[in-house]
Amino acid sequence: MDVISILLGGIAAGMVLFIVSVGLSVTMGLMGFVNLAHGGFAMLGGYAIVLSMKHWGLPFPAALVFGFAVVAAISVVLERLLYARLYLATELDQVLFTIGLVFVMIASVTLGVGPETQTVVLPEWLRGQTDLGFITYRTYSLALIVAGTALMVALWLGFERTRIGARIRAAVDNRRMAQSMGVDVGRLFTLTFALGSGIAAVGGGLGAEILGLDPQYPLRYLAYFLIVVSVGGLGRVSGVFFAAVLIGVLDFVLKIYFPKGGTMFIYALTLVFLLARPQGLFGSKGAS
Amino acid sequence: MTAAEELARRHRLQWWEALPWIASIACFFAFPNYLAFGAQVLITILFALSLDLVLGYAGIVTLGHAAFFGAGAYTVGMMAMHWGWTEPISGLLAAALVAGVIGLASGLVLLRTHGLTLLMLTLCTMALLEQGANMGAAWTGGFDGMPGLSFGKILGLFSFDVLYYRSQYLYALAALFLCFVIVRMLVYSSFGQSLTGVRENLLRMHAVGAPVRMRQVLVYTVSAALAGVAGALFTQANGYVNLAVLGLERSAGVMIVLILGGYGRLYGAFVGAFAYMVLEHVLAKAYPTAWQLGVGLTLVAVALFARNGVIGMIESLRRRFAGQGR
Repeated sequence: MDVISILLGGIAAGMVLFIVSVGLSVTMGLMGFVNLAHGGFAMLGGYAIVLSMKHWGLPFPAALVFGFAVVAAISVVLERLLYARLYLATELDQVLFTIGLVFVMIASVTLGVGPETQTVVLPEWLRGQTDLGFITYRTYSLALIVAGTALMVALWLGFERTRIGARIRAAVDNRRMAQSMGVDVGRLFTLTFALGSGIAAVGGGLGAEILGLDPQYPLRYLAYFLIVVSVGGLGRVSGVFFAAVLIGVLDFVLKIYFPKGGTMFIYALTLVFLLARPQGLFGSKGAS
Repeated sequence: MTAAEELARRHRLQWWEALPWIASIACFFAFPNYLAFGAQVLITILFALSLDLVLGYAGIVTLGHAAFFGAGAYTVGMMAMHWGWTEPISGLLAAALVAGVIGLASGLVLLRTHGLTLLMLTLCTMALLEQGANMGAAWTGGFDGMPGLSFGKILGLFSFDVLYYRSQYLYALAALFLCFVIVRMLVYSSFGQSLTGVRENLLRMHAVGAPVRMRQVLVYTVSAALAGVAGALFTQANGYVNLAVLGLERSAGVMIVLILGGYGRLYGAFVGAFAYMVLEHVLAKAYPTAWQLGVGLTLVAVALFARNGVIGMIESLRRRFAGQGR
């Protein structure tokens, strides 16, 4: 494999990590809530997408929208009913609650659908190879890169150029100050939580090709999502983007050259990095 | 009773503190066919007790406590495998030493951080050890671990009982008792009191000039050493060690055991480990998915409503009946 195709493969994997993790970064930055169940929303979304395609024959893009809507709705209900009670609770209670929620999600999916791995049947136009002129590469990986970049740009614009984005940034930087300026942080949080979970759901469906999709998904990738978020810095969309691409490429390269224990380097690097910069790539000291 | 009297009295032995030990010895005679399982329960109690020191008393939330359990388990495994060192009690001490050194080294660097970063760093430390054990196959047996280990006689008198696990059970019970005495003394010492202070009000402890970080590092080290002893007991009692001793599942599992029992209370580890493992033994094999669902729902309910576990519930009931509703 030459350098470019390795890079492309790694970037495509990084995009999936970005799409799944970005919501987690914003919600953690906003409320300081340690949400270990975030991967669970990605899994639920993946299942909604795969099953709606299989049983109702929805086309792939429509299924992605469906997955987004279902998971966003579920997450609003959970947020209002359960998460909201624990915003002021200790970190330990939040960890327990979200681990419990992950178990409930895993068990429900195992009971309802079954323990086997689900596969996404991609539409014709996303299969095969595409000739880019200088290289021919898998169409789907290229589509992932385009989708991830588009999402990054959209989120960046939303954050930097809209009123709601400005409110979110203000609340991440200093929640008390934002509240006293009249920002309804609670409602803002419900909104971002739903949006973040919905995007993760789309990521679960888009990434099923690379990460796989089975009931153990939320626990298996928990460490990866958390690494991406903490390296990127809480509440920083661009930070999460670069961290996800970095880790996607590193993981891809290490798996090729050191198939045994390549992940060890990722953990070691994360350890060293977080000790040197606990606030992440672009995070400011005040945010953490 | 005034607050001062209550404070002065609470380190004294209560009559009910003998109950777990009487029950453990009664179980030895009452259930001779379940001693292998009983030894696992005792080992889990010790592991949960070590976590109680950092989580319950010092308030350090860690997802990587299995790192120390695994370090201890692999230490005795590797000593037996490569050096033929099978004397059990010196094995326990060596495991405590190795796990304690890892705890000290990681504690010195990790405990400067807090919150999500600390959570991530403990997770990464454990994952590093796990991957290390996976990669260093020549030393650790890699993915398959080290099966079929055998250990020498305990105190040169009692050989490990592969059929009924009688000696393993009593050996684990003795080790647990000794470690418990250490933990109990530690918790009620002025050192233990200052840890509770760090947990309850970090700012105030800094303000009164308490050496907060050194105390955290110290308790982290002691806790790591005790977890190492638990891991070593695991390897010795079972005669094998594999990658399952490390990993997120064991870390989360022991945390669940401790929380369900009640943390920061010494006996929460006993109640939690016993209740959880007996239920798991009965239910998990027959209905694994329903078991997971039940554990998940219980955790959610505990986090939302009963933050102090079974012991906390008993305490608040007792308070209510005693008419001291708080």
